[in-house]
Amino acid sequence: MDILNAFVAFANFVLIPATAYGAQLALGALGVTLIYGVLRFSNFAHGETMSFGAMVVVLVTALFQSWGLSLGPLPTALLALPFGILVTALLLLTTDRVVYKFYRKVKAAPVMLVIVSTGVMFVMNGVVRMVVGTEDRRFADGARFLVNARDFKAWSGLDEGLAIKTTQVITVVVALITVAALFWFLNKTRTGKSMRAFSDNEDLALLSGINPERVVTITWLLVAALATIAGALYGLDKSFKPFIYQQLLLPVFAAAIVGGIGNPLGAIAGGFVIAFSEVTLTYAFKKVITYLSPDSWSPDGLVQLLSTDYKFAVSFAILIIVLLFKPTGLFKGQSI
Amino acid sequence: MTQSDMKKSRAPLYFLAMALLISAVGLLQSWNSALSILNMGLISAIMALGVNLQWGYAGLFNVGVMGFVALGGLAVVLTSMPPVPAAWSAGGGRIIAALVVGVMIIAGAAVLWKRMPKGRTRGLVLTAVLILGFFLFRFLLDPAVAAIEAVDPAVSGYLGGLGLPVILAWPVGGILAAGAAWLVAKTALGLRSDYLAIATLGIAEIILAVMKNEDWLSRGVKNVNGLPRPVPNEIDLQNAQWFLDMMVRFGMDPTTGSSIFVKLLYALLFLAVIILIVTAMELALKSPWGRMMRAIRDNETAAEAMGKNVTGRHLQIFVLGAAIIGVAGAMMTTLDGQLTPTTYQPLRYTFLVWVMVIVGGSGNNWGAVLGGMLIWFLWIEVEPIGAWIVNVITSGMDDGSSFKAGLIERVAYMRYLTMGVILLVVLRFSPRGLLPEK
Repeated sequence: MDILNAFVAFANFVLIPATAYGAQLALGALGVTLIYGVLRFSNFAHGETMSFGAMVVVLVTALFQSWGLSLGPLPTALLALPFGILVTALLLLTTDRVVYKFYRKVKAAPVMLVIVSTGVMFVMNGVVRMVVGTEDRRFADGARFLVNARDFKAWSGLDEGLAIKTTQVITVVVALITVAALFWFLNKTRTGKSMRAFSDNEDLALLSGINPERVVTITWLLVAALATIAGALYGLDKSFKPFIYQQLLLPVFAAAIVGGIGNPLGAIAGGFVIAFSEVTLTYAFKKVITYLSPDSWSPDGLVQLLSTDYKFAVSFAILIIVLLFKPTGLFKGQSI
Repeated sequence: MTQSDMKKSRAPLYFLAMALLISAVGLLQSWNSALSILNMGLISAIMALGVNLQWGYAGLFNVGVMGFVALGGLAVVLTSMPPVPAAWSAGGGRIIAALVVGVMIIAGAAVLWKRMPKGRTRGLVLTAVLILGFFLFRFLLDPAVAAIEAVDPAVSGYLGGLGLPVILAWPVGGILAAGAAWLVAKTALGLRSDYLAIATLGIAEIILAVMKNEDWLSRGVKNVNGLPRPVPNEIDLQNAQWFLDMMVRFGMDPTTGSSIFVKLLYALLFLAVIILIVTAMELALKSPWGRMMRAIRDNETAAEAMGKNVTGRHLQIFVLGAAIIGVAGAMMTTLDGQLTPTTYQPLRYTFLVWVMVIVGGSGNNWGAVLGGMLIWFLWIEVEPIGAWIVNVITSGMDDGSSFKAGLIERVAYMRYLTMGVILLVVLRFSPRGLLPEK
């Protein structure tokens, strides 16, 4: 029986990775939820938007690195982040003017906008592939670990080493700052309040003189920031693969819907619910159980509830359960 | 000529243009590539017909096309591959037992849910049944899986199929896809359209995960090669006297000739399936059932007020559409001769089919067929056309220049961009598609 070692093993393989992944999903889901709240459609191009933002960050990082610019122990990508947001914002605003604006004007059905967004998804996917190709890119530099497994073992005298990657800490810190800034904006500023009013009741907002086009523009700017940060953090933590963001679409949507689509707080909660369930259910608990069991008994199998390939099934199952029993999500979202 | 006559005369014109496009490939590239495009175009047309049934007839937004296509592929393996007796004796019975127990647990949970009074006890009992059931299921399944996968893993390591003729796999693919669709529809059809979309997106990924992961069923990422064919082998043809005589009469090289002959046979089979499906769908559309479906699509509330069972009809049409997609998936895997689960991508197998339906004209079966053929043609030909354009533009440039090499490399990805632009342009300027619904 060795509770400390068991806890360290659990933290190492479940707690810390799931927290970082949850923060990334939450940022992605916030983008989806904002678009849903204001523009009232599910944006299938959101995964590609994250991919595009991350790509710009990767390219600007490479440029900075070639100039010898760096942040010391922190990844250079943090410096490149604002440029990524800027370029993504330009892309989203252009897309809105060229594509989405027309459908707002003719008051198209939401499902029409979803189909339109799949067209945008194709275009963005093509653009990303044409600019950087499809290969894997690592762009994290600076210190790799904040807490190193070997140092931790020497310091604590435990058998199990604890490793915390710099990118994981950065993910959580950046996500916290972003979310705090977003909530301050939505709740405290005049513009943010007008956005929430527009999302709650469009007609009433229009009557009180809120300019809808301005609200839409600001939404796209926020979405650009959220998507780029989410995409870049995910790429920093794992590595940048253009097609991986396509696969993030499902957990991101699941997070937004589970939390209650249209509700920013729900998106964050949903992100962590999905991330923790995915990682916990697909982690092989053999090590943890071996530490916890008396003497040196250890289970025969890996004690893995589901193979890692089934992580989609986990997001999906949670999504279906929530939709069946609480259709508006954990936090009350919109239900049109 | 009146306006309706104009519209009527447009379809044959478009199909003629399509035939000319494919013939142009035959003349400029090779007849082999032209027939490949034709065959996959016909299969794509069937997928588009399935989506059109769901979207065009009933307004159901299904983005899980990939999953149903993949199930069709699985059906080919399960139907036509010879069984592996060693694997069956190693763990076949136990697998079946595990699956039966799994189904019984889920059915039992559903019954409990209906029978027990609402409240906290019900939730607790249900959770306990499901969790214990899951462990029982894994306890039965895991050793059997390990035993089966240990049987000669390099060539089999799976249960194999039933060893039946491969053509039978096509309807079986439809049945498998229909079964999966029924499960999805039972849980998700009552939801809003974009929730249904996310649910279908999820189920497609799960089907793929099962096929990649359950080696005992489909050999997973090790793929199943050498699937039986409904048409003769090229090698056998090249050795058959009657075929060689025929080739002499046409003045054709027997190697190329045999491959073209096989592709033509496939094309005939696929055409027969398309004609069958289109005829059935056109008859259904013109029947009272078809009118009811369109009435439901155009105004659900009004149709419901008239006493139509909207959810029931949606379920029916969702399952039928998925069955058609499953048949197309089985046909595709038969044509490929192998099942490779890693090649299924949502962009290619779900969203591309959507482009086909929208461009062809949602609600119109001939439109779906035309869209399927045309978009598949472009999907294949955009790359060579793009490369040709780049070559013309950069012909003045030095061959070794990195700019030129870069451009040529980029052209390979142009198909995604092109498909997106086509979809957006059609949606914006001609939302009813090339052949609009009558």
